[in-house]
Amino acid sequence: MINFIIRRLIGTVFLLIVVSLVTFAIFFLIPRLAGQNTYQLAAQYVGRNPTRQAVLQVEQQLGLADPLYLQYGRFLRGIVLGAHYRSGPSVTYCPPPCFGYSFRSQLPVWPQMMSDVPVTLSLAIGASVLWLIGGVSIGVLSALRKGTLFDRFSMGIALAGVSLPIFFTGLIALELFSYKWPIFPNVQFVPFTQNPVEWARNLILPWITLAFLYAALYARLTRAGMLETMSEDYIRTARAKGLPERKVVAKHGLRAALTPIVTIFGMDLGLLLGGAIITEVTFSLHGLGFFTVQAVNNQDLPEILGVTMLAAFFIVIANLVVDILYAVLDPRVRY
Amino acid sequence: MPDTLLEVEDLRIHFPTQDGLVKSVDGVSFSLERGRTLGIVGESGSGKSVTSLGIMGLHGGSARISGHIRLDGEDLVAASATRVRELRGDKMAMIFQDPLSSLHPYFTVGSQIIEAYRIHNDVSKNAARKHAIDLLGRVGIPQPSVRVDDHPHQFSGGMRQRAMIAMALSCDPELLIADEPTTALDVTVQAQILDLISDLQSEFGSAVIMITHDLGVVAELSDDILVMYAGRVVEYGSAAQIFGRPSHPYTWGLLSSMPRLDRERTSRLVPIPGTPPSLIRVPAGCPFHPRCRYGHLNGGRSETEVPQLRETEDTGHLVACHLTAAERAKQWGLLSAGNVPDHDKEAVPQGGVET
Repeated sequence: MINFIIRRLIGTVFLLIVVSLVTFAIFFLIPRLAGQNTYQLAAQYVGRNPTRQAVLQVEQQLGLADPLYLQYGRFLRGIVLGAHYRSGPSVTYCPPPCFGYSFRSQLPVWPQMMSDVPVTLSLAIGASVLWLIGGVSIGVLSALRKGTLFDRFSMGIALAGVSLPIFFTGLIALELFSYKWPIFPNVQFVPFTQNPVEWARNLILPWITLAFLYAALYARLTRAGMLETMSEDYIRTARAKGLPERKVVAKHGLRAALTPIVTIFGMDLGLLLGGAIITEVTFSLHGLGFFTVQAVNNQDLPEILGVTMLAAFFIVIANLVVDILYAVLDPRVRY
Repeated sequence: MPDTLLEVEDLRIHFPTQDGLVKSVDGVSFSLERGRTLGIVGESGSGKSVTSLGIMGLHGGSARISGHIRLDGEDLVAASATRVRELRGDKMAMIFQDPLSSLHPYFTVGSQIIEAYRIHNDVSKNAARKHAIDLLGRVGIPQPSVRVDDHPHQFSGGMRQRAMIAMALSCDPELLIADEPTTALDVTVQAQILDLISDLQSEFGSAVIMITHDLGVVAELSDDILVMYAGRVVEYGSAAQIFGRPSHPYTWGLLSSMPRLDRERTSRLVPIPGTPPSLIRVPAGCPFHPRCRYGHLNGGRSETEVPQLRETEDTGHLVACHLTAAERAKQWGLLSAGNVPDHDKEAVPQGGVET
């Protein structure tokens, strides 16, 4: 088991290096392959209508004319050790992990992203708890009552949940429960450490909106998995032992049906941690998703680069956790 | 006085489906004494597995079941689901065809045996574990105290079936049903498993129902044999009667399609033409008549009249066939001497011939 984890960890480090290579290639290599020269590249970092001199200064400052391997080395070095930027006579130090300075705020990218992480984290964790509990239990009940009114009704709702976009359900939820009947406040993020009750009260609408989509997906997945599992031979064996049906379902059925759900859950959570873009924008929550949208709108290259790396990092880590969890859950994977 | 453990009387198990009523078991009766073995033989779809699942109460909620299943005098058809569940695994246990898919892949072999034991016995986990190790040893698993913590995928096919047997025997069942226990196993392992079952049977004194399509398996183990076709019993008797004087053309078909080592290889194996009929539209008259080579000998009775299960001149040997006793003896004599009926190449309409 320890061996397995160590192997996976080494694989993860390798994967992160590949991710950084690909990200670097997207921002520095592909534009050049597409015919952009270093001057044009540098122009992107200067803002609108720059002077020629300012562009040349940036080109030199960022070393955009250097060979690519040098640039990549600097890029990695910045992430691991931090970087020094010379602007005229003074030298500014950007502490690791350094993704450069934002065009918009002239501040280092990393601390900015970090200040947005709690919002996204709160949103993702709360919603995932809701959808796991809701989706899985509805899925299991539907599978056990296959063909009944309950099954058809909940699968109908699930179909709606999968089909309706968040910006639609989110706005409807806001309109109904925040404006028409002001049960919940107009969403504003309150840190958990400051006031847990307000934190939850403010996030309930986004949680429910986001969880509705995923719960629908998970209900359908769980139902399908459960139906398949309950027709397995080992379920018949469990019944043949004289096990009560409740235990047949809860112990033998769920155990096998939930294992693939865990995998998908890990990946979904990893993806969400990189920013729930539509939900965050719909509810004006300043999380990583909101950050991403603003970065793209402003063509703020260092910010885009930073958030890409961070999102990729979350997914890679989620992958690692899922792999390890899978080995714990399914004894056949381990060796 | 014979000590009857199981008595099945006019058992019918029908499944309503969208295409019609599937009569998987249609009027099956037999009885089984303690310590004896009954072999149920038939092709796939003859209703042998459904019969056994019906006895265990595992035929599923959609099935309509009627008739009587008396285990030790207690009618299981009339009993509540809870009562049948209590008996299941305790007084009657079952071994299935494919031991890999029948064992839960996520739990250790030991924990699955322990679970089976603790459902019906109020003992500590430790005591149950000792019992499981003991059982694994008795079914011939080497180093049982180590292998008890293995998962099923770490066992070989034969060992998995041994573990299944250990699980089935954990509560000392009086009735053990083995549904094709050797079909998924290597030939070399098959004999070992059959030996194990018969050894354990004499040790535990349980009655065994051995379900198989392999007459070789029943020949080795069974005291009595029940031949099923299309959900009905076509022949029922002791092993000596069935193998000595088989009386139903279907049984002849099963026997002549089986290779034998005790005969010279003079004749070819003779397959039964056609395929088993649909259990929704069972042929009128004798259900076997579309595939029967001897139907013409009764002047059309086979196609109109359902043959009743009647005792032959042998006591306890029952057969459902319109042929006269003399005709049956004559035809089996010819067939066992290696003469294949001449209208062998006739087209067989029912169910189409498998290609």
